[in-house]
Amino acid sequence: MYTFSNKLRLGSFIAMGLGFIFLVIGFMSAPSTVEEAKAMVAVHDDGHGGGHAEAATEAHGDQGHGEQASHGGEHDASHDEHLLHQLQNRPWSALYVAAFFFFMISLGVLAFYAIQRAAQAGWSPLLFRVMEGITAYLVPGGIIVFVILLLSVLHMNHMFVWMDSEVVAHDELLQGKAGYLNPTFFLIRAAIFLGGWIFYRQYSRKLSLAQDESDDNTNFVKNFRWSAGFLVFYLVTESMMSWDWIMSVDPHWFSTLFGWYVFASMFVSGITVIAMVTVYLKSKGYLEDVNDSHVHDLAKFMFGISIFWTYLWFAQFMLIWYANIPEEVTYYVARFQDYKLPFFGMLALNFVFPLLVLMNSDYKRINWFVIMTGIVVLFGHYLDIFNMIMPATVGDQWFIGLPEIGGILFFGGLFVYWVFTALTKAPLQPKRNPFIEESRHFHY
Amino acid sequence: MASKVIQALYNDDDVLMHAVKKVRAEHHHIEEVYTPFPVHGLDKAMGLADTRIAITSFLYGCLGLTVAIVMMNYIMIEDWPQDIGGKPSFSYLENMPAFVPIMFELTVFFAAHLMVITFYLRSRMWPFKKAENPDKRTTDDHFLMEIGLNDNENELADLLWETGAVEVKVTEKES
Repeated sequence: MYTFSNKLRLGSFIAMGLGFIFLVIGFMSAPSTVEEAKAMVAVHDDGHGGGHAEAATEAHGDQGHGEQASHGGEHDASHDEHLLHQLQNRPWSALYVAAFFFFMISLGVLAFYAIQRAAQAGWSPLLFRVMEGITAYLVPGGIIVFVILLLSVLHMNHMFVWMDSEVVAHDELLQGKAGYLNPTFFLIRAAIFLGGWIFYRQYSRKLSLAQDESDDNTNFVKNFRWSAGFLVFYLVTESMMSWDWIMSVDPHWFSTLFGWYVFASMFVSGITVIAMVTVYLKSKGYLEDVNDSHVHDLAKFMFGISIFWTYLWFAQFMLIWYANIPEEVTYYVARFQDYKLPFFGMLALNFVFPLLVLMNSDYKRINWFVIMTGIVVLFGHYLDIFNMIMPATVGDQWFIGLPEIGGILFFGGLFVYWVFTALTKAPLQPKRNPFIEESRHFHY
Repeated sequence: MASKVIQALYNDDDVLMHAVKKVRAEHHHIEEVYTPFPVHGLDKAMGLADTRIAITSFLYGCLGLTVAIVMMNYIMIEDWPQDIGGKPSFSYLENMPAFVPIMFELTVFFAAHLMVITFYLRSRMWPFKKAENPDKRTTDDHFLMEIGLNDNENELADLLWETGAVEVKVTEKES
């Protein structure tokens, strides 16, 4: 049995506390009126100007005045309103990105777990309890994401513009999509997705524990069938979830392979976390039978799925870049103009780094290499979600500051606390899985 | 110069593996082992050095990528930067997404083909090459271990019979 180390528990509490404080500061400092928003941006600009030569600042200021004068007063007001909404969205988006990121890790692990069961893999049964521990976060994580979506429907924020009936009234495109994108149906869908995923997770865990105590393999066979069924359900719901929860922040834009793209991101993050938790538990002496070859296999998956993610990222990007149809390409124009560093930085972190580091077979067996690459890959995929949500909700007002770091700390702490608590609930090695002997002697 | 070798035939890969380990433990030098199919772990038991073919493949891949970039940069950007359907041929970077499919394919092409050719050269395989097969049965269901002899014929034969050989013979070998 695993015992939750006090240091790790304290660390997770500290992270949660700090993250909570940062998030509260983020929400408190969001402007509530147009004047405050303008003042905030002005202060920000001054801060920038201080670094430049004075003449440049003056010239910049003059230009700004000239532009303002040339615009009509009405346009100016709508611009200010837009700015206010962007600044108000920032803490919400930071919260949402972090909440979704950690939720998607456990969902990715659940998909990996179901695949291992449905494929009757011989190497992975030793790691089933680790995966079940990570998917335990699906319950609180899913509920938190659902609550954030519910608050959006209740107009606590402006992340999803199609939820605003006034916006829809002036937008024919959104009226055309209202049959799918309407708040009630949106929440019903979210409830069905989460209900299905959580049901499979809890039921499969129950069967997995029952298999340990029984004297035949009926639980194992049942689990195999449910896993195969879940994968069908998951593929459909995951795709729809990505349209609902992520693509709909840009409701004028659409992409057909978006669901796969989000899937690749969650799958590789999930596998990375499995590898990192496995290496951690092994280093503490809890997973004696897990050997280099298991770590090597997980690292191979990290490597392969990282490249799969890049393939989908590029397939989506290049098709849109090549055809350059205005209604599609705005999505990338916004990211090219305002998000250069996170957009291309994530490509380096998620593709170039794992490609070069994890190509060598020997390196995949070195634990600290796997952990280091894992940290880079996870940060890269946080940026990936960041790049999906932020351009539509906060636009050029983005920054990785207190609310964003607070979100990562809070949900990271919660994730660690929940996952490692779940790991203490059952022995880390399944007792009588039919493949457990093969898994113990797995050697590559 | 012709030298003498002793050849032991086995009809089971497990027995062969044990025999290889035993002969190595007795410090005899195994010249070659002939098997009808890959025996998992035989290279480790024989103490053969790891292959470096993956490293050559990586280098060939880098070469292929370079060829692709240099070729397209010259043709599309430097030699005749024509406006084809509004694509920006001002610099390589601006038009790069359009080149990526070719960069990828050439990398794989070079890595794969040059590695295969390297393999053929290093393992001395080509059409019309004379087969080096000491016993026809090793292509079907027998395993053959070959050890060089230096006046210790009887001692070695005993050892080989002991390891479960089904046949032991001494032959001259052209070297």
